[in-house]
Amino acid sequence: MRKARTGWLLLAPSLIILFLVGILPFIYVLYVGFFDWNLFSRDRGMTFTGINNYRTLVFDELFLNALGVTIAFTAVAVISQLIIGFLLAQLLLRDFPGKALFRTIHTIPLMIAPLAIGAIWRLLTIPGFGPVPFVLDNWFGFDYNIGTSATHAFVTIVLMDIWHWTPFVTLTMLAGLSSLPQEPREAALVDGANRWQIFRFITLPLMRPVVLTVLFIRIMDALRTVDEINMLTNGGGPGTATRTIGIHIFRVVFPQTDYGYGSAMSLLTLYFTIVACWLLFVSLTNVRRTAGS
Amino acid sequence: MKITPRKVLSYGFTYLCWIVVTIITILPVWWMFVVSARSRVELFDNPTLFIETFHTENYTEVLNDPTFREYMWNSIIISTSNALLVTVLALLATYALSRYKLVGSDNIFFTTLTQRMAPPAAFLLPLFLMFTQVFSFGEGRGRWDLYDTHIGLILLYCIFNLPFAIWLLKGMIDGIPPELDEAAYVDGATTFGVLWRIILPLAAPGLAVTLILSWVFAWNEYLLAATLTAFDARTITTGLAEFVTVTGTNWGEMAAVAMLTLIPSLIVVAFAQRYIVRGLTFGAVKD
Repeated sequence: MRKARTGWLLLAPSLIILFLVGILPFIYVLYVGFFDWNLFSRDRGMTFTGINNYRTLVFDELFLNALGVTIAFTAVAVISQLIIGFLLAQLLLRDFPGKALFRTIHTIPLMIAPLAIGAIWRLLTIPGFGPVPFVLDNWFGFDYNIGTSATHAFVTIVLMDIWHWTPFVTLTMLAGLSSLPQEPREAALVDGANRWQIFRFITLPLMRPVVLTVLFIRIMDALRTVDEINMLTNGGGPGTATRTIGIHIFRVVFPQTDYGYGSAMSLLTLYFTIVACWLLFVSLTNVRRTAGS
Repeated sequence: MKITPRKVLSYGFTYLCWIVVTIITILPVWWMFVVSARSRVELFDNPTLFIETFHTENYTEVLNDPTFREYMWNSIIISTSNALLVTVLALLATYALSRYKLVGSDNIFFTTLTQRMAPPAAFLLPLFLMFTQVFSFGEGRGRWDLYDTHIGLILLYCIFNLPFAIWLLKGMIDGIPPELDEAAYVDGATTFGVLWRIILPLAAPGLAVTLILSWVFAWNEYLLAATLTAFDARTITTGLAEFVTVTGTNWGEMAAVAMLTLIPSLIVVAFAQRYIVRGLTFGAVKD
């Protein structure tokens, strides 16, 4: 008979590595967060300050601004992707010649390095170089400049994220839609339901678990976006218009070597994400349960 | 099938939509390719979609640069080692999770998911402190720490790749009937014998997909590489980011580097397209 000990032995290497690089740093940072520790300050040692770091954090305008940008970006981008992706998935439901090719090309953005995506979009939108400002200016007389306009920059990062992640929504929705049971639909057709009614009262409720799964994964991913925005707007410019929380930590907090304060911020960011993750996960499992019963 | 005007219209609409989507997907990448093929003289010409003459100077310039070659080499070493390590560890771990009744194994499974979902930016400072303060030995010139080493990044990329690999492989290992390994145990095989002779051949396609996708994720990573390396272990993505800050306006070379960065991704899309979605949803949605 196989013993549980062998099982733990097989699992051990993975657990040890995940503990060392994934969990231990946060236990350490929980400790550092209670200290005043800055390599550039006069006394370079650690001074215990209790929850002072957290108290400053709550009134830190840059931090709150970054939090606001992150939430706005996530909300607009994810909702747009969900709508566009769902519509595109509907268009892929039936078979037509060339479908496989369209699908394959649609998958490309998912695998490109986020940083390269930032580079691609930067080349598209640099004022005086890229085709987007060129076309908008020459054909429509619209002055588009992501270097100076906060609105233009924000719209551009949202569009970039839609370009990057809509394929994920499309393909997942497609997988969900094509595995839906056919009987309820056919029964409704027999009863004389029209297309809208079928969509509203049959497809949508049946798709709820899939939609929520996609929503969950997309929100988590959008909250962590750093690379492509950092590359596109050169660190969240103009000003702080596109500076998400990740960019704020990466470009502002990290170089300041204010370890105690930075630790507190990292921990709070993780905490927000875990709470969001948990709330979404609970709603997800609840829906799964009601859908299953 | 009868061809009715209504059918023509609806298929036409589908094609129209997909052609537009395909153009939107390809055009930005194509424009970057156009920029990478321009000479320094034509760089600031008006945007066009056509390459009149393909100038290789941006590519040769970059590929002859010793720093960039080192970055690329580092990326290859780190991604390959990480992908191999992750696949082997994940195979062992999923086999344990799949075949042994372990106390709390469901919780372990879920915890790995939250690790994958955690924001990497929150890891920067903790990991930097760990690498420079905790995992460091010796003083002065003999000092050694994980900061700016290949091993450091290879281990780090396990944060997101290991949970991913475990989730991807779990379904595949679960799909192999346990009776097969029971029979081998009866014949006196050891655990590793079973893994080697029964699980490995049967899970080979899944392992290949895990290996390839992990490789790409490691290759694409930027944030951790940018903060936890300085000179010796810089990767190709950090090289791409450096282009913007150091040489400001040389968009041609930057485009060439970005093209080189995304070639592996294009190859993977061509071969593993079917598994990408399943992998990204952690098997939550079957394709």
